[in-house]
Formats: sequence, C-alpha cells, structure tokens
Amino acid sequence: MATLQQFLAMGGYAFYVWTAYGVAAALLIINVVTAVVHDKQIKRRLQKQMARLKP
Amino acid sequence: MWLWFHKLASPKNFYQIANKIIPWTAIICLLLFGYGLIGGLLLAPPDYQQGDAFRIIYIHVPSAFLSMMVYICMAIAAAVHLIWRIKLADIIIAASAPLGAGFTFLALLTGSLWGKPMWGTWWVWDARLTSELILLFLYLGVMALRSAIPLQESAGRASAILLVVGIINIPIIHYSVYWWNTLHQGDTLTLTGPSLIAPGMLHPLLAMMAAFICYYVTVMLMRTRTQILQREKKSQWVQELLSN
Amino acid sequence: MQYLSYRKTFWLVLRYELLMACRHYAELFNPVLFFAIVITLFPLGVSPAPEILHRMAPGIVWIAILLSSLLALDKLFRNDWLDGSLDQLLITTQPLLLLILAKLFAHWLLSSLPLILLSALLADFLQVSTAAIGVLLVSLLLGTPLLILIGAIGRALTLRLRNSGLLMILIVLPFYVPILIFGTGAVIAAEQGLPATGQLAWLAALLVLALPLAPWATATALRIEI
Repeated sequence: MATLQQFLAMGGYAFYVWTAYGVAAALLIINVVTAVVHDKQIKRRLQKQMARLKP
Repeated sequence: MWLWFHKLASPKNFYQIANKIIPWTAIICLLLFGYGLIGGLLLAPPDYQQGDAFRIIYIHVPSAFLSMMVYICMAIAAAVHLIWRIKLADIIIAASAPLGAGFTFLALLTGSLWGKPMWGTWWVWDARLTSELILLFLYLGVMALRSAIPLQESAGRASAILLVVGIINIPIIHYSVYWWNTLHQGDTLTLTGPSLIAPGMLHPLLAMMAAFICYYVTVMLMRTRTQILQREKKSQWVQELLSN
Repeated sequence: MQYLSYRKTFWLVLRYELLMACRHYAELFNPVLFFAIVITLFPLGVSPAPEILHRMAPGIVWIAILLSSLLALDKLFRNDWLDGSLDQLLITTQPLLLLILAKLFAHWLLSSLPLILLSALLADFLQVSTAAIGVLLVSLLLGTPLLILIGAIGRALTLRLRNSGLLMILIVLPFYVPILIFGTGAVIAAEQGLPATGQLAWLAALLVLALPLAPWATATALRIEI
C-alpha cells in the first residue's frame, strides 16, 4: 500500500473491489437517507393533519 | 418479566427507548466501519492466492450474515405477532424487510464480483450463492405479500404466517442445496476462502460484521420510530410530540 | 343435531369434491395435458439424443410435475371462495383441519395421481432406466402430496387477492426447491445404481412433518380477512 495509485488499482482487481464497495456504500447510505427523509415527511404530514383538525 | 415485555411492546415506550438507543448505535456503527475499512482496505496484506480481490470478503461475509440474521429476527417478530398480537412486532417486520432484502442482494452481487476474478464466471451454482438466491425470493415474497393485501392488519398476519413457515424451511433449504451442490461438485468449483488465520485479516472482518449489525439495528429502529408515529397518530402522546 | 364423526366428515367432503369435479370433467384434463406438453417440449427444445435425455429425465419429469402442480393449485379453494361456501366451512363446527385435509386429498387424487400414472408411461420415452422408474414413482408419491400441502398455504395466503397467480408462485417456489432436489436426487441415485433411501427418507420425513402443520397454517391463513 505504498502509493495512492497502488491502493486504487487493488492489484489489478480494481473494478471488482471498488464496484463491490461502491454499491455497498450506495446501498447503506441510501437506506439511511431514505429513513431520515421519510421520517421528516411523515412528521410534516401529521402536523399538517393535526393543524387542519384543530378547531 | 412479562410486565417488562409488555412495557417494551408499548409503542410509546419503545419510541422513547429507540430515541435513546439510536445515537449510540449510530456512533458505534461509524467507529466500527472506520476500524473495519481501514483495517480491511489498507492494513491487511493482500492474500497470497487471491491478491487484493479477497478484500471483497469484508462486504460479502457481513452482508450474507446479516441477510440470515435479519430473516431470523423477522421470523421471531412474526411468531411474537401471531402469538401475542403485538403490533410493534409487525412494525419491526415492515422496517426490517427492505434492509434484509438489500443485504441479500448485496451478498449476491459481491459474491458475483468476487467470483468473476476467482472462478472466471459471474455466477456459479455454488451452494452458498444458490441458498442466498432462494433467500432473496423468500424476502421478495414477504414484501410482495405485504404490499398486495390492502388491509394492514391482515397483511401483517399473512406475512407473519409466511415468515414462520419460511423459518422452518430455511434449514431444509440450506441442507438440500448443500447436498445438491456436493453431489454435483465435479461440475463446479467450490469457494475456497482465503486463510483467515492472520489476525490482520480477521479483526477487520469481525469489525465489519459488528458494524453491519449496528447499522441494521440503527436503521431498523429509525424506520420503526417513523412507523410508530404513523400508526399511533391518533393517540395523545403523538399529538403532544408533534405539536412541539 | 346429527353428530358427524371425523371419518364421516372426511368422506363427505371428499365425495363432494370428487362429485363437483366430475360435473366439470373437462377441467380434469388440464394438468394432464400441460404435463404432457412440457414433457414433449424438452426433447424438442434440447435434444432427442438418448444419452442426453437419460441424464435430464429425472429433472424433466419432476419439473413438469412441479409446474403442473402450480397450475392446478390455482383452482384450490377458488370456487369455494367465489360462491361463499368457504365462509361456511370456516364457521362450521367440524374441525377446519379435517376439512382442509379432505379437500387437499381430493385435489391430489384429481390433479397429481393422473400425472403420476402418466409419468410411469412417459418415463420410458425419456429414457429413464427400468431400475429407476420404481424410485421415480415412489418419489412422486411422496413428493406430490408435499407440493399440494405447501402449495395450499400459498394459495390460502393469496386467495382473496386479484391477479394473485404470480405472487402465489413467488411465495411457494422457495419451498418447492428442496422437494425438487430430493425428488430428482433420488431418481439420479437410482440411475447410478446407488441406494435412494436417503432422499426418499427425507421426502417421507418432510411429508410427515407437513401433514399436520401445513393444514394448520392453511387454516390460519384462510381465517385472515381481506
């Protein structure tokens, strides 16, 4: 792991290793982001519903 | 003991407990990922047989392990839901299903990406990969069934039945696929993993497994939290919470 | 109120199912025809060479049986649900497990048994060796009730949904895989002169496990309201 070049090349297997890590990262990040965004959406929607029902 | 169990199952209590737990599991998850990635990508030496391609193991093994673990969690929740009619169990199933399916897909994808440089083909009817593929169908079946049934309570019960029947079948599926694979071993290559005796290789793997577990717990609790708010929107504590 | 013994109830439901089927006897040919078509397509699509057919035969027969079972499964409980008699069955005092077992047995007699008999005939066309035909039939006798028992759970879970055919297949497929593996494994072992007792024992064990448990799961699933 002498240089950044060597690190990225992954001994010739760069495509396989980095695709694997890339898809994994994308999946994990998307799941978290979706959860947070959905949470905010639901809270906003419920608050709107409550405001409408208030006398 | 039952009192504690039922207190935990109350949505309001669970919501508050989840709120307290999530920051901690999130932090632990990030630390474990950091340790695992640095150890796995940078510090561990390349395998003498597989070179740097073996590093895919740090994604493949944890996601395969999680795909099984999440299904078992869902099956336990399903049994709880059917026996004690605890709605929270159903919420946990709904929150876990997409995560489990995602882990299974990731395990299959990384398995393929690992297999291509090692065996020369994108897909091998290896016992593990074939079992994982069947597991993906199990997940998709549960998710499809849940979305197909319009009534939420009925969808919960139906998917719970499917999960309980499925968990009984998983050992059978695994055994039969392994047996089938060893029978035809002449045609396919078996997965020879790298030697994991070196602690430099093992420790990052354990860290990544723990990181994935923490990740699942964190995101599952986050999604459960949201669903609790949705389902309990008419209750007073939710209304008080939201009006702040 | 007249008291009905379990035996009498079972026999009554069985007789009813067989009678209903005979009234629309044309439908009985569907699985048989489908089975014959699938078996015919394999040599046409792959190769009629005896050596190749010989290797593929156990798989072809078993896959054809599997697909025909899935096709026939669509009709299970469907007419009962459509004309309302399913609801009557759910509230009657007779144990639902018994009624379900009777229905599944009738279903097996009408859809699987003809296929097993046909396999005995067609096995020779696919170059199954005479030594293995016996094992093939035993594996089918053990496996087809399993396919129906497990299929009934999938059928019950998706019964009241529209366009549920594909969903039912998706749900049931992972459970059919071990049955397929053991069934074909038994025949392949017999072809090679090896004892097939292991695989057949597995099928028998699964059948014994499924006979009480699968109708119970089916009953629970039927009781879910949509």
